[in-house]
Amino acid sequence: MKNLIASLRELAGLFVDDGALALAIIVVVVVAGIIAALAPALLWLSGIILVFGCLGVLVANVATAKRS
Amino acid sequence: MLSLHAGSAVTAAFLASLVEAVEALTIVLAVAVVRGLRPATLGAVCGLAVLALIVIALGPLLDRVPLNVLQIAIGILLLLFGMRWLRKAILRAAGIIPLHDESAAFASETAQLQEQAMRHERRLDWLAGVASFKAVLLEGLEVVFIVIALSAGRGVLLPVSAAAFAACLLVALCGVFLHRPLTRVPENALKFAVGVMLCAFGLFWTGEGFGIDWPGADLAILAFIALFLGTGLGCVALLNRHAAAAKTSS
Repeated sequence: MKNLIASLRELAGLFVDDGALALAIIVVVVVAGIIAALAPALLWLSGIILVFGCLGVLVANVATAKRS
Repeated sequence: MLSLHAGSAVTAAFLASLVEAVEALTIVLAVAVVRGLRPATLGAVCGLAVLALIVIALGPLLDRVPLNVLQIAIGILLLLFGMRWLRKAILRAAGIIPLHDESAAFASETAQLQEQAMRHERRLDWLAGVASFKAVLLEGLEVVFIVIALSAGRGVLLPVSAAAFAACLLVALCGVFLHRPLTRVPENALKFAVGVMLCAFGLFWTGEGFGIDWPGADLAILAFIALFLGTGLGCVALLNRHAAAAKTSS
């Protein structure tokens, strides 16, 4: 059982290593998705949020990791 | 001739598979050194068999998922996966976390198996086989995920799979001939490059799933690669400059 739980943890770890990073990416994607769904005329805005949101998340996460 | 999308997908699959195969090889070799070839090979073969079953079971299911749902799901997973690799590669390049050392990983796995040998001599072949199985399965799952994610819905499954297979075969052959971990592979640089490419693909696919027509169509992938690469390198430079400034002030 312990081995199974450890293996499942390792499996989840393939995608989520730092919870804050994963959560921030999901938030960016959800915001971009909501804009794309509610305002199809503003798809360009959704694209901008997606691109610069992800880049911003990366920079912020790396800066936080450096400080801690 | 390969299209731009296929070409970058093939490159990303090859490099990512190279990194994963090197990591799996280190553990399989440690098992072979401590307990001999039998449990190491048996564990690795069982791992490959389970991977093949997963691909056979999941492959046909993907065709039944609507394309935009598939694009969003895979795009998000690629972003999670790629950003995780890129973040780690940036922090390693800046010296904030130590570089992944195959010699150290090999020594640690060997020591662990030898310690287990003292405790449960009888069960050791079984434990060693499980270690080899887990390494091949987990690293292999990453390869399978990357291959499926880079090729799903694009009709490039064959070249992308071939690239991943070629990388794994290359590493396996090196392992057979060298009998030691591949320490000279520039793993962090490869992880950096693959992280950048996976992020670019993830962004492109998620956007396409939302219905965004990226300017330049597939060419947008190159722009995203440049953006993530520039940001990553910029982060490393800034972190290094901060570290140097902190050193001189102290």
